[in-house]
Amino acid sequence: MSMTVEERKAANKALIDEVLKAYPDKMAKRRAKHLGAFEEGRPDCGVKSNIKSLPGVMTIRGCAYAGSKGVVWGPIKDMIHVSHGPVGCGQYSWAARRNYYIGVTGIDTFVTMQFTSDFQEKDIVFGGDKKLDKVIDEIQALFPLNKGISIQSECPIGLIGDDIEAVSKKKSAQYDNHTIVPVRCEGFRGVSQSLGHHIANDAIRDWVFEGKTKKEHTFEPTPYDVAIIGDYNIGGDAWSSRILLEEIGLRVIAQWSGDGTIAELENTPKARLNVLHCYRSMNYISRHMEEKYGIPWCEYNFFGPTQIEKSLREIASHFDDTIKANAEAVIARYRPMVDAVIARYKPRLEGKKVMLYVGGLRPRHVIGAYEDLGMEVVGTGYEFGHNDDYQRTTHYIKDSTLIYDDVTGYEFEKFVEKIQPDLIGSGIKEKYVFQKMGVPFRQMHSWDYSGPYHGYDGFAIFARDMDMAISSPIWGLAKSAPWKNAA
Amino acid sequence: MPQNPDKVIDHEMLFREPEYQKLFADKKAGFEFNHADVRIDEIRNWTKTPEYKDLNFAREALTINPAKACQPLGAVYVANGFARTMSFVHGSQGCVAYYRSHFSRHFKEPTSCVSSSMTEDAAVFGGMNNMVDGLANTYNLYKPDMIAVSTTCMAEVIGDDLDAFIKNSKQKGSLPADFDVPFAHTPAFVGSHVTGYDNALLGVLRHFWDGKAGTAPALERKPDDSINFIGGFDGFVVGNMKEIRRIFDLFGADVTILCDPSAVWNTPTDGEFRMYDGGTTKAEVERALNARATIVFQQFCCEKTAQFIAGKGQEVVVLNAPVGVTGTDELIMAISRLTGKPVPEQLQRERGQLVDAMADSQAHLHGKKYALYGDPDQVIGYTRFLLELGAEPTHVLATNGNEDWAEKMREVLSASPFGASGKVYPKRDLWHLRSLLFTEPVDFLIGNTYAKYLERDTGTPLIRLVFPIFDRHHYHRFPTWGYEGGLRLLTMFLDEFFETLDANTVVAGKTDYSYDVIR
Repeated sequence: MSMTVEERKAANKALIDEVLKAYPDKMAKRRAKHLGAFEEGRPDCGVKSNIKSLPGVMTIRGCAYAGSKGVVWGPIKDMIHVSHGPVGCGQYSWAARRNYYIGVTGIDTFVTMQFTSDFQEKDIVFGGDKKLDKVIDEIQALFPLNKGISIQSECPIGLIGDDIEAVSKKKSAQYDNHTIVPVRCEGFRGVSQSLGHHIANDAIRDWVFEGKTKKEHTFEPTPYDVAIIGDYNIGGDAWSSRILLEEIGLRVIAQWSGDGTIAELENTPKARLNVLHCYRSMNYISRHMEEKYGIPWCEYNFFGPTQIEKSLREIASHFDDTIKANAEAVIARYRPMVDAVIARYKPRLEGKKVMLYVGGLRPRHVIGAYEDLGMEVVGTGYEFGHNDDYQRTTHYIKDSTLIYDDVTGYEFEKFVEKIQPDLIGSGIKEKYVFQKMGVPFRQMHSWDYSGPYHGYDGFAIFARDMDMAISSPIWGLAKSAPWKNAA
Repeated sequence: MPQNPDKVIDHEMLFREPEYQKLFADKKAGFEFNHADVRIDEIRNWTKTPEYKDLNFAREALTINPAKACQPLGAVYVANGFARTMSFVHGSQGCVAYYRSHFSRHFKEPTSCVSSSMTEDAAVFGGMNNMVDGLANTYNLYKPDMIAVSTTCMAEVIGDDLDAFIKNSKQKGSLPADFDVPFAHTPAFVGSHVTGYDNALLGVLRHFWDGKAGTAPALERKPDDSINFIGGFDGFVVGNMKEIRRIFDLFGADVTILCDPSAVWNTPTDGEFRMYDGGTTKAEVERALNARATIVFQQFCCEKTAQFIAGKGQEVVVLNAPVGVTGTDELIMAISRLTGKPVPEQLQRERGQLVDAMADSQAHLHGKKYALYGDPDQVIGYTRFLLELGAEPTHVLATNGNEDWAEKMREVLSASPFGASGKVYPKRDLWHLRSLLFTEPVDFLIGNTYAKYLERDTGTPLIRLVFPIFDRHHYHRFPTWGYEGGLRLLTMFLDEFFETLDANTVVAGKTDYSYDVIR
């Protein structure tokens, strides 16, 4: 049953060849570059990435607006994020990412609301700048406690030549340098969500750090100040991470951007270290802060005890011996809990095969957590990764792992049919396809409405959830109709 | 430490542990620089006042929490209603990811749809190449019998010509020349998802009836005795189409349902993923031209389509999502008249059973005030049923309702003494409704999942009877149409009434005198 590495590589290659046959020749050539099996020792995964999706193939990717409004800006809780353009984009992304926060929604906090300029035909024909001007007036009148406004551009804005930057500047001046940030994240820009992250990062740089807005809030920095970068607090992830950083003696001065505030963003340049979870979506601002303010940054991974321990030590290594000792103490203190979790779930999960297809950091970051439970990731891929993601992935995956970049609906289905994994971790669009096929599934964007999965507290939930998916008696019913088995 | 490996604590309770409560307090005190609590309270209270309501209703540019989506969503819905048809949306790809997620979150089912993935170069040069390659890929990978094309706002703003692009694609060999590719321009900045439904369905009918975009002779109508049924955009389609077919079957009527996605959004888990299942076939679409009449269940979903069909010489019976007793009577009588058949015994009995159930329960709903919103026809239907029950629809709102709708809605209200206090709000959103619920409170609220924020803010108990419903499961599997659907609606109203009453009388030794076991 168990194949050697070489056999598996050959099987994966045959599978890829088989799948590519369905495409027109020219398209098969283009897709071939995105599919492969990892060769141990190579600096990357051997696939091309961050390239335009083929039309008509059912890519799972989203757009720049999704990357900016949906991912980076949306969770900043005391600002109002306007979906500028027609009604749909804001509607479909409304409160869909489970960015948890504490606040009085509609009064001092606005994350789970849908603000839109709801473009009509006349706005397309005559331009939307006047409407935007009025939108900002109405926000200021009805939501006096908002700490800022971001303008999240939808496709038409860039096509009809609106000058949202001019409107933003004018209105900011009119409202006492109120934070108003125009973001050029039109959905047609770039090839995926990824450019939207970059554009959103740049907008923070240009309009928050370097903008004229009031930066009135301040505090005395300490040598232990860090900022959490690239954690969107899905199901409370940033909280179950922050608690560990605080326990090792660090002071978290900002969360980017889950449960974050504009004051936290503005004060981040006081940090001694930026700790970066989602490299893909926030490496840009981390690099900027390093260049401009001399703040070092380090990547970390809070999925599963092996990676958490490694990361706590790595983060502590940037500080003095007290912090290093604290990190060891925290690791030791959680060990019994972790051991109990593993003892409970590993016997049922040992040897189970997992296929992943997600975005951001997860196609690599969660692998360790599965391995802590004795599971094996046999295939993984990024929705919108770049080559530097695939380079980083090599540290996590085994020789011969199947790699699929920007996978299409067709390919993913065929891969799963052939490989027959015990669990798939992907998104809502994939969930029901594979469950119909009788394969256990967990959404690994929204944590399938569970979570947090970060940190030690999150690992217990992760382990319980994976076991729940795989061990559910439901899967025994899917293909067991008695009249089918009779023959 | 907060977590417990023996009984894992979920997010609901985990963050209530003291360690996290301290974390929240410290974060807030040290780094958030929020406004003073007293100021937050002051503003919170101000938002509940009539003064705030006036300011809120004076909005001209800003929309907050609307109850509508954009046109292509309706077009994707329509494509899903035809047999082995792939929905192809020409424009930016992120939109398609959104439509698929949106439907999957509501139906808990896969939703297949492709995009032509236009990017910057297509913005400059047009999306012709994307269409040519995209149609070829879709055709080869997903083996559809038909590809139904619609557009995102990007393609509309740059003015891409679908007809020409599709013809060019065929010339370049993307698809066989006779492959059916109905299309519809569905600009997101005009109307809403119900407009997209209308345009897309019209696109399909026009394609098959009017000569396939000039590539085939137009069909000639040869009237027969069949009847067409068009449901309109409906979040309960899985339950409702089953009910509608059952009703027509009881009549023994020859019915063609134009656009039926109820199978593809209701496939079994048995080891096989069915990308396509059920739906109206091409032969059925062609045959539908000959029908004696078409029943359009939701007028505002089908304005152009209804006109088009009428123009072919068919009688078109236009309804406003009639539910409940007299609403369903309207549908039943229309079928009876059009088929020339008497109302089947079974349906007569079901009507009586619904009235029976209403008689049993009416005392609990009589005089209760309701706020409701949804798609234009749907709220007309629900309002009529509430009036039949002696309930009082007080705020009736449709973000995608126009003045024609408002006029119709007012007529419905004014025709009943229970509607006298009701007011109609076209083109308003859920932030407007929030003000209304504070300044003119009601007993219950009918809406979609997003109304849970209104329920939380204003304490108005919510009944989820409007698309999308993401936070409750399987409602879409049960009909809301027909007499059977009336029972379901009635039960939903009553459940919420009783749950609310229980929740309000649950404190032992204090409010428990109304906590009854028999009601």
